[in-house]
Amino acid sequence: MVPVIEVKGLKKYFPTPRGMLHAVDDVTLSIERGKTLGVVGESGCGKSTLGRTIIHLQESTGGQILLEGEDITHVRGKELRRARERMQIVFQDPYSSLDPRQTVDATIREPLVVSKRYKKSEIDEATAALMEYVGIDARLRMSYPHELDGGRRQRVGIARALALNPDFVVCDEPVSALDVSIQAQVLNLLKKLQQDRGLTYMFVTHDMSVVRHISDDICVMYLGQVVEKCPSKELFKNPLHPYTKALLSAIPSVDIHHPNKREILKGEITSPINPKPGCRFAARCPFATEACYQPQKQEEVATGHFVRCCRVHELG
Amino acid sequence: MSEQSKNTTAPFLEVKDLAVEYYSGGKVIHAVNGVNLTLEKGKTLGLVGETGAGKTTIAKSILRILPDVGAKVANGQISLDGQNLLSLPEHEMRKIRGNKISMIFQDPMTALNPVQTVGDQIAEAVRLHNGGNKRQAEERAEEMLKMVGISADRYYEYPHQFSGGMKQRVVIAIALACNPDLLLADEPTTALDVTIQAQVLDLIAELRQKYNTAMLLITHDMGVVATTCDDVAVIYAGNIIEYGTKEQIFDHPTHPYTIGLFAAIPSMSEDEEWLHPIEGLPPDPAALPEGCAFHPRCPYATEECKKQPIAMQITKDGHQCRCCCMEQIAKGE
Repeated sequence: MVPVIEVKGLKKYFPTPRGMLHAVDDVTLSIERGKTLGVVGESGCGKSTLGRTIIHLQESTGGQILLEGEDITHVRGKELRRARERMQIVFQDPYSSLDPRQTVDATIREPLVVSKRYKKSEIDEATAALMEYVGIDARLRMSYPHELDGGRRQRVGIARALALNPDFVVCDEPVSALDVSIQAQVLNLLKKLQQDRGLTYMFVTHDMSVVRHISDDICVMYLGQVVEKCPSKELFKNPLHPYTKALLSAIPSVDIHHPNKREILKGEITSPINPKPGCRFAARCPFATEACYQPQKQEEVATGHFVRCCRVHELG
Repeated sequence: MSEQSKNTTAPFLEVKDLAVEYYSGGKVIHAVNGVNLTLEKGKTLGLVGETGAGKTTIAKSILRILPDVGAKVANGQISLDGQNLLSLPEHEMRKIRGNKISMIFQDPMTALNPVQTVGDQIAEAVRLHNGGNKRQAEERAEEMLKMVGISADRYYEYPHQFSGGMKQRVVIAIALACNPDLLLADEPTTALDVTIQAQVLDLIAELRQKYNTAMLLITHDMGVVATTCDDVAVIYAGNIIEYGTKEQIFDHPTHPYTIGLFAAIPSMSEDEEWLHPIEGLPPDPAALPEGCAFHPRCPYATEECKKQPIAMQITKDGHQCRCCCMEQIAKGE
């Protein structure tokens, strides 16, 4: 089966006064239809940039993006608009991603109007159906974003993303601004929509318990590169990259009788500007050796389990 | 709560019947409605709850930094070491702020002055409270920087030259520079990444142990509570609905809201197809429901719950819960 999204050697660099910022550097991945790929990492690791570059909110610097086998890396004009209808995004902040001067109804309707493919009556019907689908009361149709709470606003954002029946949706930290009780409501909604419509998700988050719940596969990013990629269960059972291990051990556990044995990392994420060729985690890695400062290759250590670390076999 | 408090007469920090109101657009917003809590020296109490539950308002009331206009402590007492904070004149209170009590704010990006070097910001607090000359204050500031793991060479740098985690460490250095007896930490690690959060939590724990500081930790993260706190108070709609030791709350959550809160967190050990959210939304603090504020969302709610405010019930071992159905729930009915 052709994956819905395939990315090969994707690069996104930003020029800054101090040099080239390597936000996404040589990322290769693919997502099958109906599956969810979780992307985790700390702030500044390039996980949001990766999602935005794939759906063409930003021009890529290098590499290839394939949508159902079709190369869309350099499409423009009409073709780009067609591709965008099939790829949508739900943003992190439900407060700033909605137009404060548009009603709920106008926000959800806009993509349908802009596509110029539907009659007014069809649009009215579709808008009402979408609102019901994501669980917004019809009485809130004429409300403005400031009248809604965070959870409902995020539902509006989801309805807007789904309006044109996309194949692929990037969820960029869609629940991190919400309280846990509301977060669970929105996560259940996203999962139900996926089952009903066969949606393919790329789920960007820094919350490990959320990503574990929602993802089929997970890739862990550090400074623009994927350091580990494997099925979700495998990652939590058998993390191999030293960074993944440290990340998992840093999560404060709710189990008070079996607290995590924490590996406290020294230092902080280093600058992504003009990075040196070796492993980007080497400066903080407790196991770093000379060899780590040479360029690292991604290696498939078990079926479907990819790691970018030259010492993975020794460390086990 | 602890053995200590039973033996001595007055706890170190005691908040009694605290009620705070905000006024906005002709409406009275009941942000805090009769909160009681105590905290002993060297202990940590976690305040847990959702956005708008009134957690930060409680901390601001203790430090008396509620806005002058539009907010009022409507009722209650706050005493620290036997001294009633709410009746102190402002100039006395100024001596206490930053000295005996200090606060770590949630957002390190806005808590620092962008046009003053980080070293000077620490030294300022020291000079204000401990006196001494400029050189002594600077030395103390350098010492504090080193203590939070920042090289003293960076004394003359500005906040924008620091990363988020380092800024939060500067905020912690300012808060701890005068060895406060009470630390109010308002979501100190929410803006930070997990690996940095682990560093900062370790740092706070280490420094608290060294100086026997009491801490009120405000958070919505149950994991942070589990790793940091001795006691836990769960807040809903401006009221404590469950209060006990960490073991009591985590091993035997009793209030339906606390139970729901734990159930809503995605599990790290089990696979579940669907999460268990708490249905509905937190109430509007300008129009709180009659009776138990949680009853519209509560799966166990009865007619009883809608009638009158529910009194706090205390079990033999000191576990407090504000629910009239707790016995039935505990039996699994």
